Amino acid sequence: MSYKIYEINEDLLDVMPQEIRDLQFRATWSNPKRGVMDLPYSKELIEEHSLCAGCPESMALRYILASLPAPEDTIIINSTGCTSLVFPHIALHTVHSLFGNQNAVASGIKRVLEWRFPDKVKDVVVLAGDGATVDIGLDCTLQSFFRQEKITTICFDNEVYANTGGQESGLTVKGHVFKMAPKGKQWEKVPFWQIAIDSGCHYVARLTVSSPKRVETVIKKAIYVAREVGPTYVHLYTPCILEIGLNSDDGLDEMRQRDKERFAFFEYVSEPAKEVIERKKEEGLL
Amino acid sequence: MQTISENLTYNRAGQRVVSPDYLLFEAPRTKHFMTGSEAVKEAVKRASVDASVSYPITPQSEAAHLIGELWVEGYVGVYFRGESEFGVMSEIAGCAMAGARTITTTSGPGTLRAFENFPMWAGTRIPVQLVLMARGVNSPLSIQPDNLEVSFLLDTGCMIWYAENAQDLFDMILAGFTVAEQPDVHVPVVTVVDGFFVSHTREAIMLPPDDIALPPYNPYKAPMPVIDAEVPPGRFLRDPFVMKSNYISYATHASWQWEVRSAIERSRPYAKHYLRGLVEEFGDPSAELVFVACGTAAAQAKEAVRLLEDEGIRARVVKLKTIRPFPIEELKQLVKGAKYIFVPEFNVVGWLEREVRRYLYGVSEAEVIGAPRVAGGMTMPAEVIVKEVLKLTGKEVKHVL
Repeated sequence: MSYKIYEINEDLLDVMPQEIRDLQFRATWSNPKRGVMDLPYSKELIEEHSLCAGCPESMALRYILASLPAPEDTIIINSTGCTSLVFPHIALHTVHSLFGNQNAVASGIKRVLEWRFPDKVKDVVVLAGDGATVDIGLDCTLQSFFRQEKITTICFDNEVYANTGGQESGLTVKGHVFKMAPKGKQWEKVPFWQIAIDSGCHYVARLTVSSPKRVETVIKKAIYVAREVGPTYVHLYTPCILEIGLNSDDGLDEMRQRDKERFAFFEYVSEPAKEVIERKKEEGLL
Repeated sequence: MQTISENLTYNRAGQRVVSPDYLLFEAPRTKHFMTGSEAVKEAVKRASVDASVSYPITPQSEAAHLIGELWVEGYVGVYFRGESEFGVMSEIAGCAMAGARTITTTSGPGTLRAFENFPMWAGTRIPVQLVLMARGVNSPLSIQPDNLEVSFLLDTGCMIWYAENAQDLFDMILAGFTVAEQPDVHVPVVTVVDGFFVSHTREAIMLPPDDIALPPYNPYKAPMPVIDAEVPPGRFLRDPFVMKSNYISYATHASWQWEVRSAIERSRPYAKHYLRGLVEEFGDPSAELVFVACGTAAAQAKEAVRLLEDEGIRARVVKLKTIRPFPIEELKQLVKGAKYIFVPEFNVVGWLEREVRRYLYGVSEAEVIGAPRVAGGMTMPAEVIVKEVLKLTGKEVKHVL
């Protein structure tokens, strides 16, 4: 629809909480050029969050929500884990359904919205952790890629099941000692960005969230390509500072370290996706 | 020249929209000869269905294929094959959250593969319809008729209806959407039918014309905001109850679960109307011997009543059309005067016997006998039911095996 759904009935304006009024008057709507540079000056679409102080995942969520090209027509699908602590604080339509079924739910929503609103663009974006995306939800994630669902899948990879207390995941690095891997992980980190390419994603990026502007560009490319071409996948390193023994102010340094090694920026763009990205650049939207 | 009254409306498939009452009770019907799977197609064709997702498993596959044909013909908006029943039931949930009238089908092990989704459906308050062609669950592998999986579904927060034959199934699918989508109900409905016995058997069925259909689903009457970015989202920005460990959070979650069960209770008057009662009585109303059954077990019990009549034994059947909500008051009324209540079932655990005992405890003096009970694909000839009755009387009769 439009940001009009966020408009408050005039008679109720004076009794609405400040943050709800701010959403109407100070948030950025209906402007595809919105981005992370708005963060200091506008109302964010995420209210307070219940993640740990200094959690890089909270940074990632703020950058992503600031970068959505059409937040008023975006549906966010979450899964279980640390991300599920955040979804009620997001001012958009969000869904938490089960642990691992996020891409299946997103497929149903996207297809029905395309059918119900053939003349409108509705972006469907999945936000889930590494356990949800690659372990318990692997089937649903990959099958949505195979089916060429026009959705953007964003994985917050903290290389561990953080919310349940620090257990090994498929994206844990080999040798790391976590709960349920008391001798250290016995097998390699799953290179899911590569699997996403092989499974039919048209835009794939791997990066840390150390650079807000880069996150913005990647998210916009991923959403624009998903709108027109097919599935896109963004793999973000959002370290769990708690589980790897860092302080609240160490997250950024940790990501900058990994920028130079296993999370060095990597981008794949299919031929049809290149055309979309070039066009969006010409339009000044990227 | 044809004049069209301005009161006439058409759905997206071009069918004339009629009221559920007209479609179910008033429209002229003609006789057809078809399987239960084909009856599913005929019902979906007249139900203005927006979306369906399918997955192969015997014996429901044919019904799912036929819904796909309806999609090709333009009667269904969205249709595809999912990756597994877990994925399918999640995709179905997504379709319904986005505002679609949604139907899917499954059987036996598929039901359990999908299981985590059913309480999620109920908690999400989506009025989806699952046509369950029961086949049972077990190892070693069996694909035969059995309804054990229904036992697992009883407390998921979904309505559970049970069709006896293809005609019941056709009417129940149409009634199912109508009742499930009432704003004060708005929970999923599982329409159960016995696999093979009904899905694969041809029988006579009366159908209304196929150029009329149910009114399309209006998602904006739902008690939860539809996830389509056309309405304001549910917002809990400041202090969401989800994930909080405090009293108000626990109380909210508890009341939510009670509310789902209350919604099922509120379906009673609608179900009574659109199903013409939650129960059906067959046989001599004064008989002291009562069979309480659902599905094809009820059909076989009716045959047994006829055989017993030949032996001079008066009996009757109380067929349950709904299991959730359970027809408690109806059953209490109908078993007044009963001395023996037999519960014939197609499963090894006797879930219906448990239900009957639970609701008649302290109410009826009758002896409840959980027999006969067949499973794993065994059939239930009427003679087997008669034999159980004759064990009581000690009488030898020619019909008995």
